[in-house]
Order: sequence, then structure tokens, then C-alpha cells
Amino acid sequence: MQSRIINWFKFSSPATFYPLAGRIFPWATVITVVLLAVGLYLSFFVAPSDYKQGEGYRIIYIHVPAAWMSMFIYLVMAFWGAVGLVFNTRMSGMMVQALAPTGAMFTFVALWTGSFWGKPMWGTWWVWDARITSELILLFLYIGYLALHSAIEDSRRADRAGAILVLVGVVNIPIIYYSVQWWNTLHQGASVKMTGATSMDEIMLVTMLIMALACWAYTIAVVMARVRAIILERERTATWVRERAGEGR
Amino acid sequence: MADFFYMGGYALYVWGSFGVAALCMVAEPLLVRRRRAAIEQRLARMARVQGEVKT
Repeated sequence: MQSRIINWFKFSSPATFYPLAGRIFPWATVITVVLLAVGLYLSFFVAPSDYKQGEGYRIIYIHVPAAWMSMFIYLVMAFWGAVGLVFNTRMSGMMVQALAPTGAMFTFVALWTGSFWGKPMWGTWWVWDARITSELILLFLYIGYLALHSAIEDSRRADRAGAILVLVGVVNIPIIYYSVQWWNTLHQGASVKMTGATSMDEIMLVTMLIMALACWAYTIAVVMARVRAIILERERTATWVRERAGEGR
Repeated sequence: MADFFYMGGYALYVWGSFGVAALCMVAEPLLVRRRRAAIEQRLARMARVQGEVKT
């Protein structure tokens, strides 16, 4: 077997990552549109109504994917933050910076849809329950990172400070995930578990997974587009960026 | 059709959730596009100024 070693560090250079991100972006966009169309169709026309919550339960198809993304994006940010601190690679900080607004957006959507689900089912828009409160703290972590990063003039120092903030905050992720087991909360337990049986109808589960994949593809598309803008902003004095601008492209 | 939008009485909650989520997922790419346009404009200006300095 022929062994081929990919030099991953090659892509830690903005000049090589910029065109790669540009190639990923259109694919991710197409996949997002297709998966969203299929996912929304299944959500509203194929999935049956719930025997207890009627049509109201359909909020699950946006609420759960958004909540998953809010936690997952944070973990990806923490990963890139750690890579940046250890290897001092230039792309890492930009990736963290590009992921944060999308993570904050999904956290907001998870909280908002949760509130709109809680009102008809629990009779309240908001409770200081462990799951909901820890998710709110996650939103503050995203906002805190964005504020800290934009407050520091030198972007390399901003990257390092931001990475430390993100890494300290990562302790919140298992707290969110296990909050429904550790505390007696109003929020229900996980319907989909990593181990063991799922307490969901098959078509409902498939619909939710397709919506989750759509959110995944959306995140990749938006983050690739944003990281390209960030590269141009931060590398504006680099020769390759100047030459590119000179050519009008 | 009206039945569909009625959502078994949960219209406010279902559409309130999906509506705001859709709004966010449309607004975010537009903001990214604007950010991109701003930096492109700045780069073009920098290139122009540099061209003038040279000649």
C-alpha cells in the first residue's frame, strides 16, 4: 500500500486556505439548500403529529439541531483555539473568529425556539432550569469571546486571549449536555442518545437528523465565506492579497 | 391550506420558532456578504492609492 502523507500544516497558511475555502463554499451552499428543502418537507408534511403535543412538537425539528450546533460549534472553536495556542498556526485564530458568530446565532435560536416550545407545553416562556440556564451561559461565552476579540487591537494577541477564554468556557459544554441527568429539571431528557435505544419514531428521527445535517452544511458554508473575509481583512498588507486586489479579483 | 397554517392551534409557537430561525439564517449570510464587500472595497482603495503613488 502506498502511503501518502498530507502536510496539514500547509493549510495553516491563509494564502493556501483562502482558495480551499472558496472551493468548499459553493458545495456546502448547494448541500444546505437541498437538505433544508428535504428536511422542511419532512418536518411539515411527512412526519406525523405527536400523540401528546399534536402539531406543536414540530418545533423539535429546528430546536434540537440548533441546540446541537450551538454546543458542537463551541467544541470546534475550542479545538482550533487549542491548536492555535500549541502550534501558533495562523489560520486557527481566524477559524475561531469565523465560527463564533454562527455559534452565537444557533445558541440564540435554540433558546428562542425552546421558549416558544416551553410556553404551550410547560405554560412558561422561561424557567431558571439547569439546561436552559447553562445554554444561556453558552450564549454569554460566545458574546464574551466576540467582545474580547474585538477589544484587542493586535489580532494575534486577540486570538490568544480569545482561545484561553474559549478553552476555560468549554467546561460548560458537558454541564449543558448532562444537565438533564445531573439535576431534576423541567427540560426533558435526551430523546436521542449516543448509546442505547432512541425514544423516537423512525421518521421523526430521520427528519431531525436531516435538519441537523442541513445546519451542519449551513455552518460550513457561512464559516467558509466569513473566514475568507477575515483572511482578507487580516492579511490586507500581504503581497498575495495586494496583487489579487490589483487584478481586480 | 388554512389548516396547515393553523398547526392544530400551535400556529404562534411553531411559526414563531421557524420564522425567527429562518430570519437568522437569512440575515447571517447577508451580513457576511456585507463584510466581504467592505473589505473588497477597502482593498481596491488601497490598490488605487498605491498605483497613484507609483506613477
